[in-house]
Amino acid sequence: MSELKLPSIDYAALAPILIMLGAALVGVLVEAFVPRRLRNGVQLALALLAVLAAIAMVILNSDDRLITAGGAIAVDGPTLFLQGAILVLAAMALLLVGERAVERGGAFVAHAAVTAESPEDRRQAEGVGGATEVYPLMTFAIGGMLIFVAANDLLTMFISLEVFSLPLYLLCALARRRRLLSQEAAMKYFLLGAYASAFFLFGVALIYGFTSGIPGRGAGVDFATVHAAVGQSSSSQVLLFAGMALLAIGLLFKAAAAPFHVWTPDVYQGAPTPVTGFMAACTKVAAFGALLRVFHVAFAGASWDFTPVLGVVAVLTMLVGAVLAVTQTDIKRLLAYSSIANAGYLLVGVLAPTKSGLSGTMFYLAAYGFSVLAAFAVVTLVRDADGEATHLSRWAGLGRRSPFFAAVFTFILLAFAGIPLTSGFTSKFAVFGPALEANQAWLVIAGVLTSMVLAFPYLRVVVMMWLSEPGESTPTVAVPGALTSAALVIGVLATLVLGVVPGPLLDLTTGAAEFVR
Amino acid sequence: MEQTVEFATADGLLGSVWLLVAIPLVSAAVLLLLGRRADRWGHWLGVAAIGAAFVLGLTYFFQLRGLENKQVEQSLWQFITVGDLKVDFGLLFDPLAAVFVLLITGVGFLIHLYAVEYMAHDEGRRRFFGYFNLFVAAMLLLVLGNNYVMLYFGWEGVGLASYLLISFWYGRPSAATAGKKAFLMNRVGDAGLAIGIFVMFAMLGTTQYDEVFNGVGSLTSTTVLVLGLLLLLGAAGKSGQFPLQAWLPDAMEGPTPVSALIHAATMVTAGVYLIARSNPIFSANETLQLVVVGVGALTLLMGCVIGAAKDDIKRVLAWSTVSQIGYMFLGVGLGGGAYALAIIHLLAHGFFKANMFLGAGSVMHGMNDQVDIRRFGGLSKYMKITWLTFMMGWLAIIGIPPLSGYFSKEPIIASAFEREGWTAWLFGGAALLGAGLTAFYMTRLFVLTFHGPKRWTEDIEHPHESPKLMTIPLILLAAGSVVAGGLMTLNDGVVSWLTPVLGEEAGGEAHGVLSHTVITILSILITVLGAGLAWFLFRNGTATEPQPAGVVVTAARRNLYTDAFNEAVFEKPGIFLTRALVFLDNRGVDGLVNGLAAAVGGGSGRLRRLQTGFVRSYATSILTGALLVVAAFLAVQAGWLA
Repeated sequence: MSELKLPSIDYAALAPILIMLGAALVGVLVEAFVPRRLRNGVQLALALLAVLAAIAMVILNSDDRLITAGGAIAVDGPTLFLQGAILVLAAMALLLVGERAVERGGAFVAHAAVTAESPEDRRQAEGVGGATEVYPLMTFAIGGMLIFVAANDLLTMFISLEVFSLPLYLLCALARRRRLLSQEAAMKYFLLGAYASAFFLFGVALIYGFTSGIPGRGAGVDFATVHAAVGQSSSSQVLLFAGMALLAIGLLFKAAAAPFHVWTPDVYQGAPTPVTGFMAACTKVAAFGALLRVFHVAFAGASWDFTPVLGVVAVLTMLVGAVLAVTQTDIKRLLAYSSIANAGYLLVGVLAPTKSGLSGTMFYLAAYGFSVLAAFAVVTLVRDADGEATHLSRWAGLGRRSPFFAAVFTFILLAFAGIPLTSGFTSKFAVFGPALEANQAWLVIAGVLTSMVLAFPYLRVVVMMWLSEPGESTPTVAVPGALTSAALVIGVLATLVLGVVPGPLLDLTTGAAEFVR
Repeated sequence: MEQTVEFATADGLLGSVWLLVAIPLVSAAVLLLLGRRADRWGHWLGVAAIGAAFVLGLTYFFQLRGLENKQVEQSLWQFITVGDLKVDFGLLFDPLAAVFVLLITGVGFLIHLYAVEYMAHDEGRRRFFGYFNLFVAAMLLLVLGNNYVMLYFGWEGVGLASYLLISFWYGRPSAATAGKKAFLMNRVGDAGLAIGIFVMFAMLGTTQYDEVFNGVGSLTSTTVLVLGLLLLLGAAGKSGQFPLQAWLPDAMEGPTPVSALIHAATMVTAGVYLIARSNPIFSANETLQLVVVGVGALTLLMGCVIGAAKDDIKRVLAWSTVSQIGYMFLGVGLGGGAYALAIIHLLAHGFFKANMFLGAGSVMHGMNDQVDIRRFGGLSKYMKITWLTFMMGWLAIIGIPPLSGYFSKEPIIASAFEREGWTAWLFGGAALLGAGLTAFYMTRLFVLTFHGPKRWTEDIEHPHESPKLMTIPLILLAAGSVVAGGLMTLNDGVVSWLTPVLGEEAGGEAHGVLSHTVITILSILITVLGAGLAWFLFRNGTATEPQPAGVVVTAARRNLYTDAFNEAVFEKPGIFLTRALVFLDNRGVDGLVNGLAAAVGGGSGRLRRLQTGFVRSYATSILTGALLVVAAFLAVQAGWLA
């Protein structure tokens, strides 16, 4: 029996994670001890301060390239970049969550336990301040995502997956309006999320079994062991491939890739819009961060084998996202399908196993996050007496009523469509280029063709906003409070700047594009 | 062909070439951002911006003439660097770019001037000028970029501006539809261009013009063919060539100055620019050149035939544009010395077609926006300036010496006859036949509009000539239509000016299957024949209602059934695919099994009700997907795939 040794822990390298989780715990205490009327302000300030502190730590750590906590956490270029991206995007999402000026009491329900559609429910919809539990939940989710992109073994990855998923399930259920839809979305997301987690966990078990066959080395699920096993293990290859497939399914579910995308439209539509934006931006970064690490670090030796399968998934994802976006009549569902198609483009980047592929994918994640959060920020503003007006027919003629916001939204849609001088173009360019160098021309062709199809639904919205006469039912755009304005300005500016001078960020991602093993 | 391309660095005055793009861009931004505050003076700012760009362009032009190496480039900043990919935000000012800059800003200035009056009663005039400036900026970026990515930027930019300008007249649903059609068909072409650029990256690792052209020699001929065909698809989309020609005539829904600037003089010639710019690629593969020549010849005949059957004055001119660009494609496809001939025809066409479009606008202005040539007639007495200037355009386009069309079109016909063997007869014959048909339909248009008995609708009593601000640009453009061709071919001026870009003309007098003199006589003869026939047939006017017609005319009236073809081949399967996917997605996989009966009877209304997706069907779909993915992985492992 060997002596139990404590692993060495580099607390500075873990600081961003520790700050977020610590802030979440403090947030729970705030819920218990701070008077109700102060809570929103205190919680928002706490969460934002924590995010800023974590960003500062990420910047301070920017030269770290190490594995710590007994091999559970890897702090390297991709970890730091993705953590930074998650934190910046999360800060924007927190601004949207904290907005109280657009709707009295904010976008969240005050008492989640009140039965939906009951008289009490209608009373609370009229203006009691929204639940402030959303802040600790958000902070926990952000902390989980930070671990997820840094996880250096499959079990840590699984646990952090649950750490950020559980708060998200709850957040989805907390919409102030259309509560049945919101609760249904949360329920679906929870059931299907748990289902997908089971696939992931089963995959971990199979991989563990596979690694037991390495001569002269113990079994394990840390990526170094898995990497060694891919070349050397004497165990059946079926374990490896089945395990790899199941892991991929768990991660592709979070990334919203077809055919594991089915939850996306319903959940995006039902969840409170700030939470939808948070999921579309940050969950995407986290899921692709993990996909990149699993396939570039653990299974790098098997890239010839997984590339064709994941390539088919990528093409299918682009196709489903693009084609189905055409028939959507709800703006949030439209953005959901667009997010699915973008998952396909990101997969193209994942399948380019080079430094430039990695760098391009990370660039894409950050750039897309800014645009999509800005898009959802506009969605929170277009409203009528019943809350947000998400049906597309209601957006007809918006350009006449509120030319400024219609112009902003048009710009974001053009970015999604990949029109040059927006970040949509540069980011597609940054993933398609490396994919070609890696001889994945078929993926690039599929990507260009589907983005052609995808341009059509975006255009339809533009046409509707500008070229239709405003009808009786065209809602007005609420004047955004300072918080939403800030988020919107950051998102739009980033979309523009990354489209015109993407150089600095690309240099950053290129410098960060190296995993430690 | 083993010469390397080398660009000098822009310094001195030429270091400020970026101003050409920046001035119209800033003006557009001011017009669009200031909103109503700029309504009173906005249009004059728009005109001034283009005027300034023209003056600047002229200055640069003379500067360039004095240089040893006439190709100067300027890198503004590094745009993208990922791994080996490096793209500069850079500009290239060379003889080819210079003539385009002069065409775009020169003709553009006149059209802007005309639009001040033409749009005077439109409440959205300021916004119109904003888009118009935006278009000019994008078009200048297109021709000034020093790599294919810059070209693509301009390419998308002009597409966007053109879309905005076509849809400009909101009130009409047909305008919005036409705008959408233009956007979609252009996307098809753009996708070709985008994939072409990616192919360059994959094969050569660069998109800089000089590096690409120097690297073409190292590519296999199949790669060059694929690359060239992709670029051709892009060019065909933008220039309204077969098989992507259908959007251009519909684009006439936009205001007339838009038709003149974008859909006649500048944007639609971007395809010709692309091919001429990429001449080292196209010259490197004979099959490729044959395809370009074929597309050009086919389109020029199609345009003539359809143009002869249309009754809408702007659509006749639009199909004539399609057909004339066909001549230019024929020219660039022939390669060698014909590249320069195509560019000359492009420049000459810019003048006479803009002239005729503005003339058509002037006619519409005086006739309560009537566009049907069957309801005109006898206008020569009422709008003398429009009539005379239009006559110059008409004589120029049909190629009557010594007007400019004669000097620009006839050499292309002659070059077509210089090909080897049967292709000389085929393409030369097509070009010659096209000349006759052009004479026929243009004469029909001219005679029905300005001569013969009045066939006006009751509401018009006394058509009036347009105000000065509209007639002055017409007169200047008419002067251009008369002299431009002769001036450009004087002493081979333009040909030798373009030599640094397009290569030396093949030495000596080439010998085709027919001698040059015979071709000249033949083409003048067939032109006079076509024009005379049209004059004879339409001198007494025509019926004001559609007449029953034979197979050929009916087909031509229906755009030779190309729209029906598009619908059957692209639209229907697309709709089917969408419906099928929507159905699968809504019902999940178990829905597919249970719901076939529902599908048979179910319309879209029923599908919508099914949109409340059940978690169980979602889970089934995920499970099915999971099984497939696991099976695929195992199949890969067993070596069945990959």
